[in-house]
Amino acid sequence: MAQVAMVMNLDKCIGCHTCSVTCKQAWTNRSGVEYAWFNNVETRPGQGYPRTYQDQEKWRGGWVRTSRGRLVPRAGGRLKRLATIFANPVMPSIHDYYEPWTYDYDTLLSAPLGDDFPVASPRSALTGDPMPVTWSANWDDDLAGGPELARHDPIVKKLGDRVRFSYEETFMFYLPRICEHCLNPSCVATCPSGALYKRAEDGIVLVDQDRCRGWRMCVTGCPYKKIYFNHKTGKAEKCTFCYPRVEVGMPTVCSETCVGRLRYLGVVLYDADRVGEAAAVEDEKELYRAQLDVFLDPDDPAVRAAAARDGIPDRWVESASRSPVYALAKRFGVALPLHPEYRTMPMVWYVPPLSPVVDTLTSTGHDGEDADNLFGAIDALRIPVEYLAELFTAGDPEPVRLVLRRLAAMRSYMRRINLGRERDASIAEAVGMSGRDIEDMYRLMALAKYDERY
Amino acid sequence: MAANGKASDSLLRLGTYLTGSESLDGNRAQVRKGGREGDVFYRDRWSHDRVVRSTHGVNCTGSCSWDVYVKDGIITWETQATDYPSVGPDRPEYEPRGCPRGAAFSWYTYSPTRVRYPYVRGVLAEMYREAKGRLGDPVAAWEEITTDPAKRRRYQRARGKGGLVRTTWAEALEIAAASHVLTIKRYGPDRIAGFSPIPAMSMVSHGAGARFVNLIGGSMLSFYDWYADLPVASPQVFGDQTDVPESGDWWDAAYLVLWGSNVPVTRTPDAHWMAEARYRGQKVVVVSPDYSDATKFADEWLAPHPGTDGALAMAMGHVILRERFVDATVDRFDSYARTYTDLPFLVEVEERDGRRVPGKFLTAADLPGAEGVANADFKPVVWPRGEDAPYAPNGTLGHRWGEDGVGKWNLRLEGRVPELTFYEEGAEAVEIALTRFDTPTGEAGVLTRGVPVRRVGGRLVTTVFDLVLAQYGVGRSGLPGTWPTGYDDASQPCTPAWQAELTGVPAERAERIAREFADTAEASGGRAMIILGAGTNQWFHGENAYRAFLALLLLTGCQGVNGGGWAHYVGQEKCRTATGWAAYASGMDWSRPPRFMAGTSYWYTHTDQWRYDTYRADALTTPLGPGRLRGRHTADLVAASARMGWMPSFPTFNRNPVHLGKEAAELGRDPAEYVADQLAEGTLRFAAEDPDDPANWPRTLTVWRSNLFGSSAKGNEYFLRHLLGTHSNLRAEPAGPDDRPAEVTWRDGIPEGKLDLLLSMDFRMTSTTLLSDIVLPAATWYEKHDLSTTDMHPYVHAFNPAIDPPWEARTDFAIFQELAKAFSTLAAEHLGEVTDLVAVPHQHDTPGELAQPHGVPTDWKAEGVRPVPGRTMPGIVAVRRNYSAIAQKMAALGPLAETKGLPVKGVSFTPDEEVEWLRERNGTVHGGVADGRPALDTDVKVCEMILALSGTSNGRLAAQGFERLAERTGTDMDELIAHSAERRVVFADARTGPTPVGTSPEWSGKESSDRRYSPFTINLEHDKPWHTLTGRQHFYLDHDWMQEFGEALPVYRPPLDISRLFGEPRIGPTGQREVVVRYLTPHSKWSIHSEYQDNLLMQTLSRGGPTIWMSTADAEAIGAADNDWVEAVNRNGVVAARLVVSHRMPTGTVYMYHAQERTIDVPLTETTGRRGGIHNSLTRLLVKPTHLIGGYAQFTYAFNYLGPTGNQRDEVTVVRKRTTEVRYR
Repeated sequence: MAQVAMVMNLDKCIGCHTCSVTCKQAWTNRSGVEYAWFNNVETRPGQGYPRTYQDQEKWRGGWVRTSRGRLVPRAGGRLKRLATIFANPVMPSIHDYYEPWTYDYDTLLSAPLGDDFPVASPRSALTGDPMPVTWSANWDDDLAGGPELARHDPIVKKLGDRVRFSYEETFMFYLPRICEHCLNPSCVATCPSGALYKRAEDGIVLVDQDRCRGWRMCVTGCPYKKIYFNHKTGKAEKCTFCYPRVEVGMPTVCSETCVGRLRYLGVVLYDADRVGEAAAVEDEKELYRAQLDVFLDPDDPAVRAAAARDGIPDRWVESASRSPVYALAKRFGVALPLHPEYRTMPMVWYVPPLSPVVDTLTSTGHDGEDADNLFGAIDALRIPVEYLAELFTAGDPEPVRLVLRRLAAMRSYMRRINLGRERDASIAEAVGMSGRDIEDMYRLMALAKYDERY
Repeated sequence: MAANGKASDSLLRLGTYLTGSESLDGNRAQVRKGGREGDVFYRDRWSHDRVVRSTHGVNCTGSCSWDVYVKDGIITWETQATDYPSVGPDRPEYEPRGCPRGAAFSWYTYSPTRVRYPYVRGVLAEMYREAKGRLGDPVAAWEEITTDPAKRRRYQRARGKGGLVRTTWAEALEIAAASHVLTIKRYGPDRIAGFSPIPAMSMVSHGAGARFVNLIGGSMLSFYDWYADLPVASPQVFGDQTDVPESGDWWDAAYLVLWGSNVPVTRTPDAHWMAEARYRGQKVVVVSPDYSDATKFADEWLAPHPGTDGALAMAMGHVILRERFVDATVDRFDSYARTYTDLPFLVEVEERDGRRVPGKFLTAADLPGAEGVANADFKPVVWPRGEDAPYAPNGTLGHRWGEDGVGKWNLRLEGRVPELTFYEEGAEAVEIALTRFDTPTGEAGVLTRGVPVRRVGGRLVTTVFDLVLAQYGVGRSGLPGTWPTGYDDASQPCTPAWQAELTGVPAERAERIAREFADTAEASGGRAMIILGAGTNQWFHGENAYRAFLALLLLTGCQGVNGGGWAHYVGQEKCRTATGWAAYASGMDWSRPPRFMAGTSYWYTHTDQWRYDTYRADALTTPLGPGRLRGRHTADLVAASARMGWMPSFPTFNRNPVHLGKEAAELGRDPAEYVADQLAEGTLRFAAEDPDDPANWPRTLTVWRSNLFGSSAKGNEYFLRHLLGTHSNLRAEPAGPDDRPAEVTWRDGIPEGKLDLLLSMDFRMTSTTLLSDIVLPAATWYEKHDLSTTDMHPYVHAFNPAIDPPWEARTDFAIFQELAKAFSTLAAEHLGEVTDLVAVPHQHDTPGELAQPHGVPTDWKAEGVRPVPGRTMPGIVAVRRNYSAIAQKMAALGPLAETKGLPVKGVSFTPDEEVEWLRERNGTVHGGVADGRPALDTDVKVCEMILALSGTSNGRLAAQGFERLAERTGTDMDELIAHSAERRVVFADARTGPTPVGTSPEWSGKESSDRRYSPFTINLEHDKPWHTLTGRQHFYLDHDWMQEFGEALPVYRPPLDISRLFGEPRIGPTGQREVVVRYLTPHSKWSIHSEYQDNLLMQTLSRGGPTIWMSTADAEAIGAADNDWVEAVNRNGVVAARLVVSHRMPTGTVYMYHAQERTIDVPLTETTGRRGGIHNSLTRLLVKPTHLIGGYAQFTYAFNYLGPTGNQRDEVTVVRKRTTEVRYR
């Protein structure tokens, strides 16, 4: 089957939140979903939105593998869900997102003559009452709240002392998130009304607004907490992958408005029959590989024949062949899935970020500019590889390390060209690539022309 | 897969059946064909009727092109345009420029903070209506209200406190017009001021108001220097305001240092260039005291203590000088230094107070045969290798002006090689004294070092290079003086170990980064770049740090090279179509010169901040200087600068300049001579000598496209109390008798409420509109036509209206047209036609640069001599003003455009053909003073005029300018002339989308489709001199006042010691539950200045109100947790905010992100019981006297080119946790 998928290069993300705002303005600046951000950006380390959503012990999202090798939604099988259909599902309260508010702006214009400046103070958007602001859609942006808040980051909790919060060892990066439009979506599986579905033609996961009965089981079922309950209509809503745009050949709003130019859209062909098996491999650390193996090579004649047989249009196959998502994930191997251990087979992948070397190590020659030191530098970067591994590879540091080495190799290889020196293929070979691969990857990641990003 | 029992499976199967979906893989998932009815909701939401191309005229450097979506006549949202012209196949593109703030803009259109109607304060409206009803005349009514002390007090005291009521456009404009007319009539046109910054962000909206103010003889106040965005080092070193690479040129850099600049936040749409250039192998070093957003992209993070960056740069310079100039030589660095810098120029070593010190540049006037040499005082000399006497090379300031220099103002050395140094083993050398300021209090100390010398006549001379080595402590064997023993000698400036003690940056790292920087510059042919930001610029001594940064670039040959040099990004929105805008905004097509005023000295004077200055010049000077500034108060120096013609000064005299013009005419006297006589006799005084005399107050102030009182007003509480006369939280005491000025009159009681009228225009409620007497509803950027450019990209593009201005809003352009009509009507009766005497300071890029040779001040008043207009005092120009015809002139292009030409940095454009073109394009005016002239009665026609009269958008003018320039330089500019000729941008192009502009003499760099803009590339590639004394980039500045301040050479100066100067406590815990901290106000992710800080989307993505960021250690010291309310208190005011605690902050420093104002979620403070202030309530103006220098070479005035900066980073504050309940009223 064919899926439209996304890669975000976190190494380029500046944390500007333009994607969040353009998405919000286009889709959710209406009552009932004031608190909903189909696209949000989190500072890492941090709690995320809604708070600590990654803690599946608490929020019960995604799938678990039974001892017999089967997958069941963590929130419980269908029987349990039917039995508890009228009980509140395990889902974040408004305070885990944030209580939306506004201000009594009108005071600024209408205040009668008094003895001091008029001021607009905050009011709850839900009740209209004055309220102190204690949490927002992005409260811990740029490490706001410091260790006091970041310690509740589920990954930090898991890693314990390996994540430090001293000024000298500060690190941060940004994680923009939309719906993962999973190959194995647990939200779809948990909906009692059959309102959630995955579109056959492009894999976009949608809520049928007519069928949704507001059971909110999907909110629990989604481990990424990317389904939102519209408290006005009583229905679930979620990122639509901007299908009204995608259908006419336009990129999603979040992609096209990304000023970091870090989002890539592309078609990925995959073997639908192997999804269930791949999602159920025993070792969590194998899930990344297993998902990659489900992706089909669009240039393989057998794949093309199968696609034709399955009625996938030629244009889609051509798109798959030029897909930057496929290139980054499979050919260059630098994009990784977000939390593969949720076993949903997410289809928004990420290139993990480089970061500055830790000061105390620079004097020992860990200078990434110098190819000789290149790989030593990777373990001296501020962002602990373990932290990234918990996000992208179920805790396995090796794939992350390889990606970071490939990025570093690209920089080192290209620096020689930049300074008018001879190409040195050995730099590429040291990370399992050819010089040609590196230059193609550079083209996609550095030049990143519009028509090659989407 | 999941077999969970029959019931659930059958339910799912049932669902499958009913919905026609297909179950995959058993019943694991459901797949359906899309396009079903359930999808309709989002399809409907996406639909729209129109997409209109516009941009945001907020004060930022984005100039991003946006698509604005409209449905049913309502603006729905906006997304970025992506169709920028390509910058080349081998690099990233400019698409999609934008940021979250811009993306949130449409929220304002229909927001509850939108100003929908004209408003006036109720108490004022009542008084006005009553008086007008009784007196029948608006001007008489206004006069009565503003001169009756009780009435005046009543409406001034109400400022900012609510009570605005709706009024009609007619009444609002009538009151505003009456105030303008009365001010001119009673006090003088120079008592009127306009403030609207950054024309590039919407040239017509800016220009319409500026044109009105300038045509009536009011003062337009500068902003670039006032914002402390102007790097004073740029005029000092380059003789140029600021010229920087477009962001696309970062791509060309092989080494990039981000020094005090947080690119992802402040240059959001450009940040990708940095991220992407790393993949080309660019190394990135971030220098920032906090772990900033930019630091994420760094390879290395250097975190000097705030304000100590200059020490790090000096140490890096020390390493480069030692390793690349003394111990070894790099050919490229060496030849660059000899050709493009003043390093080989000769400086006399003088004796002063028994010590030898560096003196003045040796010039042709000091050499035999000087009598026959034109401008000999302005021709500094070098010593050519192998010759026995110095000579003045081509290209000096002396060659720039006068017939003698035609064809010789160029950088050609004609086969000679100037000596960089006189050093030879055993050659003559002398010990000299130099200043150091690296003490805890910043007080001056003396260094003794040595320089090799030669003798010219009876004079001892050395080279700038030798002085630089002495200053940087780079010793050579045999020279006298005390030198560092090595890099590890921390006792002597400027070693790596020395800087480590000051900055906290390990010596090894400073050393290594310097070496890498130089190596990369060498390997790449100068492609090492330093991006500089407000973090380094906005300090009192910011230009000293900058000179140390620039030194690194000049020593490694990076300036004037694509991918190299400085990239100063602080404010600096480049009005690429500068000449057309300037012609329109200044009204110079009808009358010249305009009254352009330096903002900082204006506000320092008129908000009475000078009366709270408790230190004298001695606190900042060196004992090694001439000593003529000893004991002098800053206000005295501001006044001296005014009367010597250095800086503009408005109001100028203590009398109405219209009355002076009348008297001179009646006496048949030359106006300039008449004024000079009066000054000499003492019957006329400069207003700056007695600013608190009611005759010398500013009276009418119009603010548009700006939020002066909620954003840029440093010393905000001083503004409230003294300028506006309302309540304030000012806690400072005026200076005591010992600390007062000697010359400037100190009146008893400090005035409160100088302004008669504060008029503002905006589309949203701000601190400024709250304080205004009249608020006019302005159109937003999605509701008008205008033009936008920026320094960050090479395009011009347009604003287009997506909708008409809703409610009663009008465009700025329309408002000023209407105001001009209302004014002209009243003026016909009250003012008529007059002669206005305008005082003009010595102007940059004119022969005024030759006014005061050798930078020796000629203070006629102190010396008791008669001033000479245009030389020792400002020039005096009589300007005829027909006040009844202002509206007609507003709406037509005047004849001086082509008859007098348009000035462009020392050359001029003659737009004769363009005026004809505009006649045809715009139509002509019939009747009145503008009969037959091209019409400028719509914003679109003004856009056409701006594009037609600018070289960047009209290649015919660019080519004309280059031809004229080539005559002066005598160098080959054919390439530039030929390249320009065909280029022409008209408004239709700009409306369609971003349109490239081209190379023009308006700027110093070249640009084309295959080349990114980088400054000074014309200089390097066409031998064109810089606009400085030597014609080269300057290390050495020999003006007397620079020597007084110990700044003739690059030097490290620490942040001001606010404790010593103002008695604030020292940084650190106080022992109570409070801390004293450095108070910094960097730019925020969630606003562009104050804009968007009230936007609900931005508040929702941040903390929902004003915050102060603090380190975990400081928060612990005051017993406060994240999100606790705190108060920050110092002598200047009080701020109430919530705390953001973060480990990315350094201890001892807090950030209150600029510009959080008092409109959103600001409670009453527990310190004063009144509303808390804005971020600038804790700051105040500190005028640096060296910024007041004028009348000499590159130290001459031009608007926004030079002037004292409104720096604010040296300030400290106490922060404590709030203990009482939060109350808003």
